[in-house]
Amino acid sequence: MLLEVKNLRTEFKLKRGTVTAVDDISFTIDKGEILAIVGESGSGKSVTSLSIMGLLQKPGRVAGGEINFKSQDLNKMSQKELQKIRGNQISMIFQEPMTSLNPVWRIKDQIMENIMTHMNISKKDALARTVEMLDTVGIPSPAERANDYPHQMSGGMRQRVMTAMALSCDPELLIADEPTTALDVTIQAQILELLYRMREKFNMAVLLITHDLGVVSEAADRVIVMYCGKIVEEADVKSLFAQPLHPYTVGLLKSIPQIDDESDERLYMIKGMVPNPLNMPSGCSFSDRCDSCMDRCTKEVPKLQEINGHKVRCFLYEAKEGELNVK
Amino acid sequence: MLRYIIKRILMLIPVLIGVSIIVFLIMRVFSPDPAPIVLGQHATQASVDAWRQANGLNDPIYLQYFNFITGAITGDLGTSYYTKAPVLKEIFSRFPATIELALLAILLASVFGILIGVISAVKKNSIFDNAGMFLALIGVSMPIFWLGILLIIFFSGTLHWLPSSGRIDPLLQPASVTGFYLIDSLISGDMYAFRDAFEHLILPASALAMYSMAIIARMTRSSMLETLQQDYIRTARAKGISEGRVIGKHALRNGLIPIVTVIGLQLGSLLGGAVLTETVFSWPGIGAYTVACILKSDFPVVQGVVLLIATVFVLVNLMVDVIYAFLDPRIKYSKKEV
Ligand SMILES: Nc1ncnc2c1ncn2[C@@H]1O[C@H](COP(=O)(O)OP(=O)(O)OP(=O)(O)O)[C@@H](O)[C@H]1O
Ligand SMILES: [Mg+2]
Repeated sequence: MLLEVKNLRTEFKLKRGTVTAVDDISFTIDKGEILAIVGESGSGKSVTSLSIMGLLQKPGRVAGGEINFKSQDLNKMSQKELQKIRGNQISMIFQEPMTSLNPVWRIKDQIMENIMTHMNISKKDALARTVEMLDTVGIPSPAERANDYPHQMSGGMRQRVMTAMALSCDPELLIADEPTTALDVTIQAQILELLYRMREKFNMAVLLITHDLGVVSEAADRVIVMYCGKIVEEADVKSLFAQPLHPYTVGLLKSIPQIDDESDERLYMIKGMVPNPLNMPSGCSFSDRCDSCMDRCTKEVPKLQEINGHKVRCFLYEAKEGELNVK
Repeated sequence: MLRYIIKRILMLIPVLIGVSIIVFLIMRVFSPDPAPIVLGQHATQASVDAWRQANGLNDPIYLQYFNFITGAITGDLGTSYYTKAPVLKEIFSRFPATIELALLAILLASVFGILIGVISAVKKNSIFDNAGMFLALIGVSMPIFWLGILLIIFFSGTLHWLPSSGRIDPLLQPASVTGFYLIDSLISGDMYAFRDAFEHLILPASALAMYSMAIIARMTRSSMLETLQQDYIRTARAKGISEGRVIGKHALRNGLIPIVTVIGLQLGSLLGGAVLTETVFSWPGIGAYTVACILKSDFPVVQGVVLLIATVFVLVNLMVDVIYAFLDPRIKYSKKEV
């Protein structure tokens, strides 16, 4: 096991109250595994990854739980110890490609800084490696583009630069927050392909954050569905697409546009909106939008139940004697 | 870039013409007639007329201006009514004193202002932040002459640490090469003179620097606070580099870009503040001298000084723009933007 997140709870203390952006979530990632986290905007995906990286900004803080990376709790580490891991063993691609690069530094200097912080190599070798990484992520004429400033590049290019930077020290775990959102479909496929190759070559694990279920079905081994800071379903990618359990997951899957769909039916949409984090519905947080909502759902919070590795947080199901029964 | 600089320098011409017309008119409309002041109360009407005639003051005003500006183009700004010395000579014998004072002041203001601003931003809401911003509040609200007098009373009067007036002990005055005593004393290798000149500079430069330091500290703080929130700072941290490097290499490099403009503007306003400072500290610079010349209606000198200061002001602004482009790769001064 490479990473074990145990009962992680991340809060934002605001004047109007405390937002629990990540609410008691647990999951693991093995070496070489690609785990996807999906969920609508505001479900706590980015906050989860920032918590792992130790990069939360005030007023956010990890309020409880453990983040064990190779059996060491990152959350208990000093900043100094964390710095040895960040950018080296764990690296991250951020969701915001337009603003995540330093506007006054050349591309190459930003990537070389990462390399030279963690690898004991000469400037010349670091530059060679930088150009090689830029080539790997599909930047044409990488040796020249390395001298560019971020403003001279498009969003897709910048996202690839971020990817090159994140991969520059052969991390064991890559946290990729919407790594393909800014890219067109061909580049998207290239980047996913690249992550795949890195996984094959270095046994790199990936925490792949996305709201694109197409990407999930193509790339991931296992999927976590998050809603309002909680895990509502977790399964390997085949079971999830073959047999989604949670009404939220069902809704997400139904709202994917199908190319071969000939009917004139309008695309399905989950009714309602994500609730205000300061004003959550009582009971199950999805209850106010759920088509199968029962009396009980508005009173009690369902527990995450597991059967044969498929986990779901819903009163529709009951784990009994090794089987998951539909009520 | 070079084209841009040349264009900007050429743009000095209309600025200087405008400034010179304004000061020319103001002096002639609002200042008392210089003739009786120059010649004394008991001068005869005939001698007053003769003096006015000799100095061109009886010509129509447009002709006076024309004579002045054609002279100025050839580098002749006329002579002082009182000393009869060329205006340029009068100015350049005093200008280094002011420049030395202003440069040291802007240096102090920048170094301490940026230091306070950065610490306040990084340690936001801490005791350092509160102390720094309190100091800045005092800095912007304290009149310069009052601060000067307080400094004199305390450091010269009570403690006897530092001299309260003048540029240097006259016995130590170094041979003039550049007119900057700190440099001249170094050239002549006279460390006593250097030390004495420096001690004379400390109080007036501090008094002059205080306001600018406060402004720079405040601007640095807010600029750094904004920069530290940026996504690329998070990226820098994600690389595993030290927090010192994150702030020094990534945040400061971005946060200081707008500060360059502030420092440039402050350098301009320091020249104004120098008038008060020089008066309080009997500093033999251009500020105090100009005040005296205005009161005595010494037109040529006042016109010359104003032209000079306007030139310096424009050049400082140009320098700021050049540094700006150097600091921020997103800025390119193309032909169109001029
Ligand atoms: N700086 C902050 N201050 C207050 N609350 C925050 C802050 N950042 C995040 N949150 C809270 O955490 C919740 C989850 O945010 P997060 O950015 O993790 O969502 P996400 O799942 O990444 O969404 P998206 O798909 O839009 O990126 C938000 O709804 C918000 O309530
Ligand atoms: Mg996000």
